[in-house]
Amino acid sequence: MIDLFKDLVNWASGPTVLFTIATLGLLAAFRFTQVWSKTSAKVFFVVLAVFYTASMWDPDFLLIVAKPDNIPITGVIFLVFFFTWFAMHQGIQNDRRSAGEGEVLEKQESEKVWVWPDLVYTEMLAMVILSIVLLVWSILLAAPLEQPANPADSPNPSKAPWYFLGLQEMLVYFDPWLAGVVFPTLIIVGLMAIPYIDTNPKGNGYFTFKERKAEIVIFLFGFLILWCLLVVSGTFLRGPNWNFFGPYEYWDVHRVEPLLNVNVSDFFWVKLLGRPLPTGGFFAALMREWLGILMVGAYLFVLPVVMSWPRDKFPTGLKWLSCHHYFEKMGATRYYLGVSLFLMMMSLPIKMYLRWAFNLKYIVAFPEIFFNI
Amino acid sequence: MLNRILAPLSAAWKEATDSQVWTSIFRHGKPVSNRNRALVMMSNVFLHLHPVKSRKAGIKLRYTWCMGGITFFLFLVLTFTGLLLMFYYRPTVEYAYADIVDLQEHVPLGIMRELHRWGAHAMVITVWLHMLRVFMTGSYKPPREFNWGIGVVLLVLTLLLSFTGYLLPWDQLAIWAIAVGSNMARATPLLGTEGPLSASLTLGDISLINAGNDARFALLGARSVGQPTLLRFYVLHCVGLPLAAAFLMAVHFWRVRKDGGISGPM
Ligand code: HEM
Repeated sequence: MIDLFKDLVNWASGPTVLFTIATLGLLAAFRFTQVWSKTSAKVFFVVLAVFYTASMWDPDFLLIVAKPDNIPITGVIFLVFFFTWFAMHQGIQNDRRSAGEGEVLEKQESEKVWVWPDLVYTEMLAMVILSIVLLVWSILLAAPLEQPANPADSPNPSKAPWYFLGLQEMLVYFDPWLAGVVFPTLIIVGLMAIPYIDTNPKGNGYFTFKERKAEIVIFLFGFLILWCLLVVSGTFLRGPNWNFFGPYEYWDVHRVEPLLNVNVSDFFWVKLLGRPLPTGGFFAALMREWLGILMVGAYLFVLPVVMSWPRDKFPTGLKWLSCHHYFEKMGATRYYLGVSLFLMMMSLPIKMYLRWAFNLKYIVAFPEIFFNI
Repeated sequence: MLNRILAPLSAAWKEATDSQVWTSIFRHGKPVSNRNRALVMMSNVFLHLHPVKSRKAGIKLRYTWCMGGITFFLFLVLTFTGLLLMFYYRPTVEYAYADIVDLQEHVPLGIMRELHRWGAHAMVITVWLHMLRVFMTGSYKPPREFNWGIGVVLLVLTLLLSFTGYLLPWDQLAIWAIAVGSNMARATPLLGTEGPLSASLTLGDISLINAGNDARFALLGARSVGQPTLLRFYVLHCVGLPLAAAFLMAVHFWRVRKDGGISGPM
């Protein structure tokens, strides 16, 4: 019985299943907003806490979770869940208020109050509590110190600090120039661009969901799934050689996972046409990669234009693609900037699913000049 | 009975607060009247980061989660504990590791390293949560667009501070985490040896970008993580990045005030 449960959890933690479940779960929670209630939060936290505590009896789970530098990840899991819930819960309550006769809570409490004592005392309390937490944490748990540095002996797995493990996880799907350089840059630029792209005047200064659905869905998908989930799974579920290991699995250094990844060019030339890849020189390389180049070009440069068309230009079934109303509302510059950043962000899950479904390695591959997408 | 203990205490308290020393530090009476509540906020350099009065919703824990404030407090804790660590720690390959061992085992009150490390982890988390709160209340919308941008830079600085600090213990965990992280720089387009298009940067037939001068070399000060890296990261960690962060925090707080205080519905 317990073994069956462990097998189930190990299976459900696999990159494919976990990512899919988490994404669908999040989307469902946006669709059925009742779930952001106090009761479901309590149930959720009790289940999570019981799962966590009970799992401590499993030696493999304990080994990973109780590593001193992994403690913050447990913090991330609980705190991120709690505060996401807290923000959404207040937003939905406010939406109910404004749907009825009332005003949002933040509006009802518009009167000015004295900062001393109301705010200063809160801050004081926060400082005291935080100091106690830090002191207790520091007394109970020694900071980790491993063997002295030895440049000749690289540990397996070699992991970046935990907050960069989302980026390291991206290395599975993208080359380092994308995962380590281009995407981090885009994340920073994209975050900074948010206030200039988002022209929705509503929802400024109070929690709400209804009035800013698109913004919140996109941001939380990026923050919760593409960032936090990858950090957590990178810490807990990636073992030697960056192979996947379930939470109750032993990190076996000798486990080999066959890599049978193929490029788009292989699909086209070898599998479809039954010919060898074109070789020799620059133009042969272009010939070899034409389909991939076309796909990437279409995704980044044609799709945004197509998406700006009005709904009636789309065939039935594809009408959801139309972002014409955003184009109208935001103007061309904001629209193209926003859609391009969004498509860049979505390229990560797209590449993940292409890998899982077709073992796809590169869409465009010019290993000669380290230019692989 | 209780009175017998309390009466002298409150007399002593009164004596102290009436003394010349006290009144020279706190230049007004207790903040029980509205006038003094205003004065206490204005005459104290730290408290005057705050306004005297604020919208009720904006100072509720429920609204800000005090997350920005907690992040700032952690920054102060880290500055203080970091300073103490600097008394003992020498950033050389020869001594670094041994100094860390000493810090934990021989230095009195040897939890400074713990406070510093756990505080740093906590700060990374609280800065994420602060960003989440700011996003979920739409507080980046006009007129606070610029302050959101300052915040993003602060987020990056927080991560870089943590990253540079990670190397300093000079143990296996440290150098390999930094090795993995900095390997990415090798792939910088144009500027890394294994980056797209870098091979096209040539002068005649000399290639301009090589392992001795590319982006990764600039980060590490060497071809692999070594003494120059340790010194570089140490200087950035203890001087460069904290100064930059402190400077931007000053701008950040100033702008919170100038943008109309904590956000609220119009
Ligand atoms: C070292 C990091 C940071 C510190 C110490 C800090 C500190 C603070 C403090 C004390 C406040 C006052 C309100 C509050 O506590 O929520 C605040 C507000 C604000 N912060 Fe930060 N912050 C940091 C990082 C960030 C980041 C990463 C962002 C966003 C990307 C950001 C954006 C803002 C904005 C827009 C406000 C105004 C919010 C409002 O008016 O409701 N800050 N910050």
